[in-house]
Amino acid sequence: MKIVVLLLLIAVGSVLFHLVSPWYWTPIASNWEYIDHTITITFWITGVVFTAIVLFVAYCVYRFRYKPEQRAHYEPENRRLEGWLTLVTAIGVVAMLAPGLIVWHQFVTVPKDASAFEVVGQQWQWSYRYPGKDGKLGAADIKHITDENPLGLIAEDPHGQDDVIIQGDDLKVPLGKPVKVLLRSVDVLHDFYVPEFRSKMDMIPGMVTYFWFTPTRTGTFDVLCAELCGQGHAYMRSKVVVVPEAEFHAWLDQQPTFAQLQQTAPAKIRQAAK
Amino acid sequence: MVDIPRGPTPPQIIPDTVPPDYMPPPAEVKEVELYHAHSWITKYVFCQDAKIIALQYAGTALAIGFVALVLSWLMRLQLGFPGLLAFIDVNVYYQFITIHGMVMVIYLITAIFLGGFGNYLIPLMLGARDMAFPYLNMLSYWVYLLAVLMLVASFFAPGGPTGAGWTLYPPQAILSGTPGGQQSGILLMLISLILFVAGFTMGGLNYVVTVLQGRTRGMTLMRMPLTVWGIFTATVMALLAFPALFVACVMMLFDRLLGTSFFMPSLVEMGQHLKYGGGSPILFQHLFWFFGHPEVYIVALPAFGIVSDLISTHARKNIFGYRMMVWAIIAIGALSFVVWAHHMYVSGMNPAFGFFFAVTTLIIAIPTAIKVYNWVLTLWRGNIHLTIPMLFAIGFIVTFVNGGLTGLFLGNVVVDVPLSDTMFVVAHFHMVMGVAPILVIFGAIYHWYPKITGRMMNEAMGQVHFWVTFAGAYLIFFPMHYLGLLGVPRRYYEMGETAFVPPSAHTLNEFITVMALIVGAAQILFVFNLLWSLRYGRDAGPNPWQATTLEWQTPQTPPGHGNWGKELPAVYRWAYDYSVPGAPEDFIPQNQPPQRAATQASLQPAPGE
Ligand code: HEM
Ligand SMILES: [Cu+2]
Ligand SMILES: [Cu+2]
Repeated sequence: MKIVVLLLLIAVGSVLFHLVSPWYWTPIASNWEYIDHTITITFWITGVVFTAIVLFVAYCVYRFRYKPEQRAHYEPENRRLEGWLTLVTAIGVVAMLAPGLIVWHQFVTVPKDASAFEVVGQQWQWSYRYPGKDGKLGAADIKHITDENPLGLIAEDPHGQDDVIIQGDDLKVPLGKPVKVLLRSVDVLHDFYVPEFRSKMDMIPGMVTYFWFTPTRTGTFDVLCAELCGQGHAYMRSKVVVVPEAEFHAWLDQQPTFAQLQQTAPAKIRQAAK
Repeated sequence: MVDIPRGPTPPQIIPDTVPPDYMPPPAEVKEVELYHAHSWITKYVFCQDAKIIALQYAGTALAIGFVALVLSWLMRLQLGFPGLLAFIDVNVYYQFITIHGMVMVIYLITAIFLGGFGNYLIPLMLGARDMAFPYLNMLSYWVYLLAVLMLVASFFAPGGPTGAGWTLYPPQAILSGTPGGQQSGILLMLISLILFVAGFTMGGLNYVVTVLQGRTRGMTLMRMPLTVWGIFTATVMALLAFPALFVACVMMLFDRLLGTSFFMPSLVEMGQHLKYGGGSPILFQHLFWFFGHPEVYIVALPAFGIVSDLISTHARKNIFGYRMMVWAIIAIGALSFVVWAHHMYVSGMNPAFGFFFAVTTLIIAIPTAIKVYNWVLTLWRGNIHLTIPMLFAIGFIVTFVNGGLTGLFLGNVVVDVPLSDTMFVVAHFHMVMGVAPILVIFGAIYHWYPKITGRMMNEAMGQVHFWVTFAGAYLIFFPMHYLGLLGVPRRYYEMGETAFVPPSAHTLNEFITVMALIVGAAQILFVFNLLWSLRYGRDAGPNPWQATTLEWQTPQTPPGHGNWGKELPAVYRWAYDYSVPGAPEDFIPQNQPPQRAATQASLQPAPGE
């Protein structure tokens, strides 16, 4: 009978743990509260099913435990019951899947007015690139990477000259504006992950992947790498700062452009060599 | 039916019910030309008897599984008490994760279910003398052993084993930033996997042919115990899925050794332009998961089958909805080949695939749910003996339902976005494909040990083992989901400073580590019990659980070479005639002719009538 008690403890304890334990998602900072809602729906449906099944097993074990004079019931099949259970399951599945697919559709449909910026992963650090005044990111290719041009911008592309490159510093994004994050990697797989934004995406050398979101509150958040990328994986960190739009533009205007960096970089390197 | 003169007639749904005037045909197969061992070496070492091969497989799998268990202790110590063990640096930690994951999934669980239980149970449950190709079967084990030794060798190779994670994703898997990437670690891993697949294929062909061709008279497909259905379907799946892993390994080996670029785009590693170019890392992921997802069900389906038989036998009740169970197994097996990319929702593949794979993934939930309903409905109005196998079966239901339900989060593409690559995933797959199948393996060992050795395993030690393992594993992995919900990523050597992880989460980590140590220790008791009972276990007799299936009806216990005496058994009924109304006992063996049941029933009134 101990097993009955344990099963009751598991059913009740799991629900209580869910409700009262201090560990739950971090407060959201993006427009993807829909994802949180879908998780909540899924918690409800799965929670009810889990508790029901565990309690049912507990009841069976209690009620039908072995007694010498007792005989099990002989009933190989019950088509009606099996049909009903299948139907109810299918309804539950649809109730979870439908909102999920609707939100996924939003997730993969980038709004037209989203402004793009680029995140580049590299063992084991993050770099960021914003389009300059022309609003366009210049073309880049891994083949063009050199010490002075770590992101591999193609010098012939005029759009790239005014791009702003941030290395070894925080990423900044404007509050309340949809942004499209373009993801590149120069060496291995990485994954740009900010828990508060509820979104992440792998970065693959040779490809440009993306996702989008709208920051909904100001603050500083951790950037983590979520794809095992070698020894430094756990230390591949950065910060993203959500700031009001005006502040964002003021900050961006002060950053040196790719063209400016190209002029100073050789000098710096020559200095370092001495 | 004529064989049961009184009591309610069992509904007319048992497939192939025997006509009343049925007489068994004469034994067609008197004595197969079996290889007869003459020396100790051919009897116990290079042995062609499926039963010995089964034990060799199981013993090797458990031994290497213990290594994986110890690795999990060490990893948990690092996570709960960072820096406590100085020798676990970043590299060592990633090597431990990789080998732990790979061993648990492939070299332990897959090997023990198919090579261990498959070899032991298929011929016995189907009334065959041995596997169809005994020599190939023997070879299968030795190639598997070689694969295991290769894996072990990587611990002693320069640079140690690979630390690429059990998914071995390129490009990092073969580059210098990953432990073993530019040394021999990754090479030994790939070669070991290639050998494993080759060895498995030899065994797998055997299991399939034996199920299709080796069944005894009267053993129709729809009379096979669900254990055989589960192992059979899993084997067919494995034969279709492992080739994807095989080619992926070969291609990666070429990339690493010959400089091809199947999976390698042009890239700059640590400021160095490498010679690779034009390959696709995502191609590897598709190949890996085309194997990897079916792999989940390759370990799940044998567990499904075995647990059905454990529940039915120990609840003294026929499995509820046998035909539905068979179809569910087949449906799950087929569907699991069209869901692989649910592991790749955030891999950067075309996001439109997300719609398709989310739908297929959630559809699989339906046949899976049916199986769960049928297990619990088998308990309903049963006569439940709380034996050790039954306890483990109950533990399986709880952990499997829990892990299956969290799968609905991860399968639902958009919900997976925040959760993928976090501890939520780690908790989910441990629950559903780690703990749940392992509980079945334990239950199955307690259940069949008496047949294998002729002795019962010690009950008191079994109780302790069950309680600590089941409750402990639940306490390890249930709270772990919430770490993932917080956002704690997986495969992190240490969490370090973050704004979103509260200090209390660290207390939870310590708790999980302590539980992991306790659960691990309980496994030592289990191994002790295995050995102790060999000598001191209670005598079991031929059929201690009063089970219906053929392996319990062998003339000798443990079964001798060739399994059966002069004649193979003939089968007259399905595997689940438990508590048939009017029958004298609460079980009727599959090989009991209808007439005999009738006479006996008319001589002595059934109890409770
Ligand atoms: C008490 C038993 C176990 C404990 C304490 C344990 C612990 C762990 C830990 C700490 C990790 C690393 C998590 C991370 O990424 O940070 C891990 C990974 C893993 N475990 Fe287990 N484990 C156990 C049993 C099993 C079993 C039975 C399986 C069989 C399926 C399994 C399969 C895996 C796999 C596939 C990985 C992923 C490896 C990777 O990320 O490459 N584990 N385990
Ligand atoms: Cu990383
Ligand atoms: Cu899968």
